[in-house]
Amino acid sequence: MRVALFLTCLNDTLYPDTGKAVVKLLTRLGVDVDFPMAQTCCGQAHYNTGYRHEAEPLALHFADVFTGYDAIVTPSGSCAAMVRELYPRMGERAEAEGRGGTLSAHLAPVVPATYELTEFLVDVLGVTDVGAYYPRTVTYHPTCHGLRSLGLGERPYQLLRAVKGLELVELPGADECCGFGGTFAVKNADVSAAMGADKIRNAESTGAQALCAADNSCLMHLGGTMSRLKVDMRPVHIAEILASTEERSAR
Amino acid sequence: MSGTFLGMPAFPKAAREAVGDERLRANLRHATHTIRDKRARAVGELEDWEALREAGKQIKDHTLRHLDRYLVQLEEAVTAAGGIVHWACDAAEANRIVADLVKATGETEVVKVKSMATQEIGLNEALEAEGIRAYETDLAELIVQLADDRPSHILVPAIHRNRGEIRDIFHDTMKNWGRPAPEGLTDEPAELAEAARLHLREKFLRAKVAISGANFMVAESGTLVVVESEGNGRMCLTLPETLISVVGVEKVVPTWRDLEVFLQTLPRSSTAERMNPYTSTWTGTIDGDGPTAFHLVLLDNGRTDTLADEVGRQALRCIRCSACLNVCPVYERAGGHAYGSVYPGPIGAILSPQLRGTTSEIDASLPYASSLCGACYDVCPVAIDIPEVLVHLRERVAQGGPAVTRGEKVVLRPARGHAAERAAMRAARWVLGSPGVLRTGQRFAARTRRLHPRTLPGPGRAWSASRDLPSMPAEPFRDWWQRTNGGKGEAQ
Repeated sequence: MRVALFLTCLNDTLYPDTGKAVVKLLTRLGVDVDFPMAQTCCGQAHYNTGYRHEAEPLALHFADVFTGYDAIVTPSGSCAAMVRELYPRMGERAEAEGRGGTLSAHLAPVVPATYELTEFLVDVLGVTDVGAYYPRTVTYHPTCHGLRSLGLGERPYQLLRAVKGLELVELPGADECCGFGGTFAVKNADVSAAMGADKIRNAESTGAQALCAADNSCLMHLGGTMSRLKVDMRPVHIAEILASTEERSAR
Repeated sequence: MSGTFLGMPAFPKAAREAVGDERLRANLRHATHTIRDKRARAVGELEDWEALREAGKQIKDHTLRHLDRYLVQLEEAVTAAGGIVHWACDAAEANRIVADLVKATGETEVVKVKSMATQEIGLNEALEAEGIRAYETDLAELIVQLADDRPSHILVPAIHRNRGEIRDIFHDTMKNWGRPAPEGLTDEPAELAEAARLHLREKFLRAKVAISGANFMVAESGTLVVVESEGNGRMCLTLPETLISVVGVEKVVPTWRDLEVFLQTLPRSSTAERMNPYTSTWTGTIDGDGPTAFHLVLLDNGRTDTLADEVGRQALRCIRCSACLNVCPVYERAGGHAYGSVYPGPIGAILSPQLRGTTSEIDASLPYASSLCGACYDVCPVAIDIPEVLVHLRERVAQGGPAVTRGEKVVLRPARGHAAERAAMRAARWVLGSPGVLRTGQRFAARTRRLHPRTLPGPGRAWSASRDLPSMPAEPFRDWWQRTNGGKGEAQ
């Protein structure tokens, strides 16, 4: 199976450790993972802010880079949702505007092949115990795209419960949005900050040492809020927990 | 505070005040969480909820697709049953029709059943200008009217008020409108309800004219339907001599049988009840029972324009249950007034900019009043994909494009204030469109990381005002991948 890592532009630039964790984890599970160097961005920020026409060339570029792989794995629920849910819609809209079906045809191969990391682990590799070790109390924030667009459901929880040493505690109001929402965090900064602060207070109430999610964009907002509120907790991407092992626990 | 929403500031500014109001946030948090939990339980009781939701969506879509046909059928049926149908293309025309109808009766006061359509067109204010006083009889609408306040929720217009505030409003203002509040009124719900009951009763018994909206109109029989919880609606619909109903054209359904679906989904979604307490239906007029004159004012007011938009038209499926408000994290923090419309929350954010156009500051800001979390879509009993419409309207605001305004095809220009954003988006696309350019940018950012400011300039300041920035890594992933040959050159 030819597996490509779609790291996303945010992770590539700001969270390389998440990428390294995915590589380490998949390698440990026997997957030979490739990182196509030409990859850039799925176009989600453009699309969601109302710049669909600017997102189209990015989607085409994505398809150029990733067509031919059996699976495209990404440690980002929102970027996976962009490809799987919104690429087909972009194609339909282009068609409705009388621009034929070429966009749809171009994007078609990458849509079903794209998996969020926990989906890939549970559905494709069929594993829930990835042999990880992480001796901390953790609470999990499911994130909106993971929860509602992709329907990740129990998958991340199954993976976390199987981690040795990890104590998983329930996050109150888990299914509520953290308030990131891409440009929403800037355009409606006050509401966004209030939502983030409430999420952090809920996480803090669990006594967890780490707040885990499958999307670094939400964690960037929540981590920034934690830091500002001086809350003694760290944001951590699920890939980094799953990649940690007894010999060398990640941080 | 006045009864009008004109001249509202853009959403972010209006929301800022609400976010800082501790009492308002506590009221809203308590109310929305209570109702959303109850709704989830009421919906969870039905095994066929998803099928009902799909049926509601299909019925509405079918009706909207053939709206012209069903409206004509409705008009014929209403007329045959002894009613008179009036067509109103906008708010001014609807208000004029209603005011003339009331004046023709010689009356100077009317009782009202809670109605979003009459709120939308500002009917009470229009009647006031003609010397006609309109009394709201729904408990929450009464509170809003007595306080000279604005509604902040579709179903619970006074959701932003707590019991203590309501007690004070009743005590201070009921006497100006009719029967005063009883001596020694406390904030006990039963006492507050009794005070409202006594105050309203004299109005029900005196009124000769009533004004209502309708939740549904049945095309095949010309029947109108109002669902409500307090019984005030039934009093208004049956006691007066003249009944005037102002209803949006999208409220029509083809047959009685279609009500079966909505009379299950509406109460469970809105009040979390299995069945709503009062379902009143009326068909024209009958000698010796109920009003002797019935007028139906069919309101367009932007609905046909909305129907012309193939993505946005799904907003017209809305049955005004308000489930999307109760589950929305943005509504919960910003409150209803920030949306600058009688339709607040997620549905308001997609309905108002379509009904009114996106030219005003508030309407251009509404499509951005969402984090696109999707909770509204999940709870919607007619499956309106609100996030999809929000993004569609963002495109209209940011980039302009084709639309229909007052029946004319137009090409909208982008709303003001988006030029810098558009340039930034183009620049970002250029950087992201080429791996080489992206890599150069990443390397530059990594090398200069010790020089990065702690706070951001420009629009980014809004981020760093309440959140710390992530620190820049020494090396982007793609450089690590190349340097270590995919990690193989580095000890795992």
